[in-house]
Amino acid sequence: MKHHRELSHIRALEAEALHIMREVAAQLERPVALFSGGKDSAVLLRLAEKAFRPARFPFPIMHVDTGHNFPEAVAFRDRRVSELGERLIVASVQESIDNGRVVEETGPRASRNRLQTVTLLDAIAEHRFDAVIGGARRDEERSRAKERVFSFRDEFGQWDPRRQRPELWSIFNGRVRRGEHVRVFPLSNWTELDVWQYVLLEGLELPSMYFAHRRDVFERDGMLYAVSPHVPLMDGERVFEESVRFRTVGDMTCTGAVRSTAGTLEQVIAEITEARITERGETRADDRVTEAAMEDRKREGYF
Amino acid sequence: MGRLNGGSPAEAGTLRFATVGSVDDGKSTLIGRLLYDARLVPDDQLAHVEEVSARRGDGYVNLALLTDGLRAEREQGITIDVAYRYLATPRRRFIIADTPGHEQYTRNMVTGASTADLSVVLVDARHGLFDQSRRHICVAALLGVPHLTVCVNKMDLVGFARKPFEAIRRDIDEVCARLGFSDVAVIPVSALLGDNVVDRSESMAWYEGPTLLSHLEEVRVDSDRNLRDVRLPVQWVIRPMSEEHHDHRSYAGQLASGVLRPGDPVVVLPSGTHTKVASLETHDGELAEAFPPMSVTVHLAGHADVSRGDLICDPESAPPPARELVADLCWMSRQPLRAGSRYLLRQASASTRAAVREVRSAVDLATLEQAPADALALNDLGRVQIRLAAPIVCDPYRENRATGCFILVDEATNDTVAAGMVVEASP
Repeated sequence: MKHHRELSHIRALEAEALHIMREVAAQLERPVALFSGGKDSAVLLRLAEKAFRPARFPFPIMHVDTGHNFPEAVAFRDRRVSELGERLIVASVQESIDNGRVVEETGPRASRNRLQTVTLLDAIAEHRFDAVIGGARRDEERSRAKERVFSFRDEFGQWDPRRQRPELWSIFNGRVRRGEHVRVFPLSNWTELDVWQYVLLEGLELPSMYFAHRRDVFERDGMLYAVSPHVPLMDGERVFEESVRFRTVGDMTCTGAVRSTAGTLEQVIAEITEARITERGETRADDRVTEAAMEDRKREGYF
Repeated sequence: MGRLNGGSPAEAGTLRFATVGSVDDGKSTLIGRLLYDARLVPDDQLAHVEEVSARRGDGYVNLALLTDGLRAEREQGITIDVAYRYLATPRRRFIIADTPGHEQYTRNMVTGASTADLSVVLVDARHGLFDQSRRHICVAALLGVPHLTVCVNKMDLVGFARKPFEAIRRDIDEVCARLGFSDVAVIPVSALLGDNVVDRSESMAWYEGPTLLSHLEEVRVDSDRNLRDVRLPVQWVIRPMSEEHHDHRSYAGQLASGVLRPGDPVVVLPSGTHTKVASLETHDGELAEAFPPMSVTVHLAGHADVSRGDLICDPESAPPPARELVADLCWMSRQPLRAGSRYLLRQASASTRAAVREVRSAVDLATLEQAPADALALNDLGRVQIRLAAPIVCDPYRENRATGCFILVDEATNDTVAAGMVVEASP
């Protein structure tokens, strides 16, 4: 056994993420893990298995359901949660609308992306969660690059980038007062490619929309959108069938597809390795509103 | 040329490095240049930077905008907080902590250095080694960063001349000798024009060393790990309490140092219980051995009473539990530190109340010597004596970075107010 005791890059990231997951469980009283049905949260659930099995997860799983999700992602969510035998909480944006907590946007570009912040914060308050574990990565976006692994939120759920706690070595400070919480990001140091390589290494299942398939789409602002009841067509927009896959899974109203014939994990990884455009730049309309669109939403409490 | 997403880098492993520079040293520009010349900037991010530079009326594509992500940073043209960047060349993967270097941001610099294998410090070729740069090198030394690279930037503004560079290099060598840095590289660069960042400079034929990127790709860090002394902080006790796993009780944690195998004798501290490793488990099956930085689950023989905060050690190197510490601190709160103050101390997975009994000295950055002091102000580095309410198990930071570090938390505000490094521990 003459190996040089070096963990591979991906296994070192995994070890770091397990350490983070166990710290949340040990330091906070009422954590919850967010699960969207996307690839990052699929990785998060596998990490939770590795951190806590053979015991149950020391937290429930929560999905903020905008009602505009891809059906494949919701089906995957239900299947995965039932395989794990863990508890699922669904926080519904539709309910927030029905209760008058938020007002639905109107028009062809209407999106529930911003509304879900209210639903999320309401759910955190209702269940008195003091830690919310999410799959966000620092490589996704400029303001996320500045965020801590344990990221403090005040009683309004707000992030203040100028008053972040220093985060030293791998010692995390998860102390909060009642009504405050921390967002915890075990995948902080992972890149998009790391996530895909981990999916391959672990043989994880993903929703089918991550792989190339033929779908009715139309083009808007240089992106391909799936045809759905949630996105009314505007004048001059023409529907056509294309072989596409999705790089991210958000709402149908703000998530674009990329032209692709990559039908297997290996082919997807090969495409991403060659890609010259970031996943959010290529497929997320919600980041394009202003130069600091993500920072502004995060200050309000967005994930 | 680098692919955006790396591909499959060779065995060199991941290098975590922190970059530090004063305002206007061109640090963000240097990182921007590194990413740009290695073709590691995604097209959409580059288009964004070009568009914003043009809109702001910058005379050139402002590569600093690649890393300065917050609104306030862009408005003020400065870096406020640590930003992390990830990149991979065909030779190696990198995690960069990009930290502001101004005195008021020392706490961010310390944050970036705490996890770094290497520090890149920027010095302005026109100004030489000012107090700021001494501070940066001193922080890297105090935080035990094993490797130091100094980029003498803005060589274009001194005519790419050898003489000013050599003068600065002599100063750096002298400072590093005093601080005990053994691995130091000094590289003349122009971040603005790209000289010696990724591509070799044509204007400095007199310089024979590596470019910044090739140095970062080649520096070896694997021998920095401690594989000798077994230290496993217990983070979490796994007790399924189910029919199927009725008697299961195992201890989860990330191995801080040493190599652990089934059958190894261990001692659980601070209780001092001697036992053996029954097995090492992961969700994927049993392990023949564990080494850092693996996260593992340990079964111990017999009925040891073990809980979060305990440290599993090999009996030969196990340190005695300590209630008295002499430690170096970086003070991070606006409220100055004075003798008598009480905090919560967190070290490895342990947590206990701590009283600062005495502030002994503060580092004078002009001389790099400890000077007598009775308080530490925001961003001061100094030495203190601490008394603990309950014993912890730690090593001197010089011997073990992972078990010799701690933080102090203010229980009234819950803020992290100090980064601490154990110098001496006693019962």
